[in-house]
Amino acid sequence: MRELICKLVETYGPSGAEEQIRAVIRAEVESLADDVRVDALGSLIVHKQGDPSAGSGQVGAGQRIVLAAHMDEIGAMVSYVDEKGFARFTRIGGVFPINCVGARVAFADGMVGVIGIEEKRENTGKAHKLEQLYIDVGATSRDDCPVHVGDAAMFVRPFVAQGKRLISKAMDDRIGCAVLIETLRRLEHTPHDVYFVFSVQEEVGLRGARTSAYGIEPDMAIAVDVTGTGDTPECKPMAVELGQGPAVKVQDRGMIAHPAVKGLLVQRAQEADIPYQLEVLEWGTTDAAAMQLVRAGVPAGCLSIPCRYVHSPSEMVDEEDVENCVRLLLEVLRE
Amino acid sequence: MILKELAEAFGVSGNEGDVRAVVLDAVREHVDEVEVDTLGNVLAFKRGTGRQRSVVMLAAHMDEVGLMVVGYDNDGFLRVGTVGGIDPRLLPGTLLQVGSERIPGVIGIKPIHLLEKGEGEKASKLQDLVVDIGAQSKDEAKKLAPLGTYATFATQFRELGPTVSGKAFDDRAGCAVLVELVRGERFRFDLHAAFTVQEEVGLRGARVAAYAIEPDCAFALEGTIADDIPKDKEASPTTELGQGPAITVMDHSFIADRHLVRLLTGTAEELGIPYQIKQPGIGGTDAGAIHLTREGVPSVTVAVPCRYIHSPVALLSLDDFNNTVRLMRESLSRLTRRTLRRERD
Repeated sequence: MRELICKLVETYGPSGAEEQIRAVIRAEVESLADDVRVDALGSLIVHKQGDPSAGSGQVGAGQRIVLAAHMDEIGAMVSYVDEKGFARFTRIGGVFPINCVGARVAFADGMVGVIGIEEKRENTGKAHKLEQLYIDVGATSRDDCPVHVGDAAMFVRPFVAQGKRLISKAMDDRIGCAVLIETLRRLEHTPHDVYFVFSVQEEVGLRGARTSAYGIEPDMAIAVDVTGTGDTPECKPMAVELGQGPAVKVQDRGMIAHPAVKGLLVQRAQEADIPYQLEVLEWGTTDAAAMQLVRAGVPAGCLSIPCRYVHSPSEMVDEEDVENCVRLLLEVLRE
Repeated sequence: MILKELAEAFGVSGNEGDVRAVVLDAVREHVDEVEVDTLGNVLAFKRGTGRQRSVVMLAAHMDEVGLMVVGYDNDGFLRVGTVGGIDPRLLPGTLLQVGSERIPGVIGIKPIHLLEKGEGEKASKLQDLVVDIGAQSKDEAKKLAPLGTYATFATQFRELGPTVSGKAFDDRAGCAVLVELVRGERFRFDLHAAFTVQEEVGLRGARVAAYAIEPDCAFALEGTIADDIPKDKEASPTTELGQGPAITVMDHSFIADRHLVRLLTGTAEELGIPYQIKQPGIGGTDAGAIHLTREGVPSVTVAVPCRYIHSPVALLSLDDFNNTVRLMRESLSRLTRRTLRRERD
C-alpha cells in the first residue's frame, strides 16, 4: 500500500484542478469496478455492484452506500505577477502563511516556485500575512514569467516512510483515497451497492461531495478523511492520538454523525477486534457534513485517520491506523 | 440605452419589481416563453435552432444593495439598516429615494463648522446616521415610510464620453448584457436567461432558478470590482477599466469550470477581443449557488469591470460593455457538447 500512497500524495491536484490526480486514481480502480464515471463538477464515482447472495441474503439487505474521500488538496493560486516576475498568490483552501515561507510549490506542468517573504517590513516579529509572500519561479520580468494569473500550484514535499509513520504533503486526503482504493481491492462479497466517491473541491467548501451525493441518492454515506490529534507538545486538547486506531467521528463543526452510522462503525470494530477511537473535532469538518444534507437527508458519518500537522506540507499519519481503517470499512461492507 | 433604464430602476434585494418590469418589457418579444417564479426571478426561454441538445443558463441578478427603514427618531428622522454590503463611510450626504413612491431623502450630516476637534477624521457608523425625508414628526415619518420601507440611491445615469456612470451597475450591467444576448439571434442550444433576485443577500434567487432549469452549464454575468484607481504600491488590481471583460477563475463562492474558462479565453484570443482574468479569491456571484445545484453545474462568471460598486455611483467603459456582449455571443456560438464533456484532457 505504501507504493500506492506515495503515488497518490505526490500527484498534483489542488481544488478545482483535479485532472491529474483523477487520472491516477482512475487507473487504479478501473479494472476493479462495475462502472466508473466523472460527474459535472469532476468527482470520480466508482460503482461496485452488490451481490444479493452475500451477507444475510435477506430482502432489503442491500443498501446504497457511499464511501467518500476527497482527492483535492490545498494550494496556491497566482493572483498577480509584478514587473520583476514575482507572483503574488491567494490561498486555495486553508493555507497558513506560517507554513509557506521557504516552501516550494509546483504548477500543473511541473514548474517549481519558491515562496519568499518581503523582508523589509515593520513588525517582522509579528506573524506574517499572505499578502507579504510571493512565489519566485526564477523569472526576470512579467513578460518572461511562465506562470499567469489564475494558475494553481500545489505544495511540494516528497513522501517519507519512517518506521510506522508516513509523512508527506496532501495526506489530507490522499490517505483517504488510498484507503478507499485498498478497500475496493480487497472487497470480495458485499450485498451492498457501494459507490466509492473521490470528490473534488472539499477544501474550498465540501462542494464535490454535495453534488455527487445528490446524484447517487445513498441510503448511507461515510466520509474517510484525516482528523487532528492531541498528542503533540502544547497542542490544542483533543482525545485522538496517532497509532491508536481509526477515529469514529462523533461530531465536528459541520455535523453531528448519525447515531446509527457511528454505532455501526463502533460495533463492527468491536466485533472484529479492530482498535478505534472516538473523535470530537472542535475545528473543521468533512464531506460527510455536505452529504448529510442533500435531498431529504442522508444518514452520514465519518471514519477519520489521525494526522499530525494537517494543512502543512508535512502531514504525518500512522500506517497501522491506515490499515485498520481499511479493515473496519471491509467489516462495515461485509453485510 | 437599456443600461440606463435598468440602472435607474428601483430594485433593492427583495424588492425587485421595478427592475423586473423593465426586464420583462425588454425581453418579452425576443423569447419563446417567459415566467416569473416563486421568488421573483424572471426566467426567459429561447429555443435553440435544434442542432444541439444542451441547455445553457445565463444569469444576471436584478437586485442592488440598498437601505431599509428600521426605526424613527422623535423629530421625524428615519433610522436605516443596510441590505447587502454597503460601506457606511460612503453614506453621509448622499441623496436617496425612499419607498415605492420614491420620496426624496438625504442622509443627514453635521456641517463642518460644528465638528469637534478630531471628529472629521472619524468614519461615520451606520447607527449614527439618519435619513431626512422632510417629515415633521415621528408619526408623519411612519406614515410616509413604514418600517421595512426600502431606500436606494437617487443617482442619475450619465454618459461621460467613453464611459457611463450611474447606480446599481452591480448587476444591472450584467442584466443589460443578458438583455442584449437574448435580443440577438438564436443559439444552437436552448437558452435559459435568468434575471435573478436576492443575490446581494446570499445568492438566493439563482439557487432556485438553477434548480428549476437543470442546465448543462451556466454563465453568471456581472458588473465587478475595478480598483485601478491610484495606489501607494504596485499592487494587483482586481480588474481594470478598459481592459475588456473580466473572467473569474476562482472567487469565494466557486472555482470556475476550466473548460468554460478555456472556451472564453480561446474565443477572445481567436477574435482579438480584449479580456482580463479577475484577481482570484475576491467576491462571490450567482455562479456560487448555481454550480452546486442538483448534481452540479459547470459554471463560469464573466463581468464588466465597474469602478466604485456598492456605492452611490459606479462607472464603466462602454467598450468593456460591448466587448463583454461580443465575447459572450461568440463564445456561446462556439460552445459544443464536447466543451462540456468531462475528462477529455
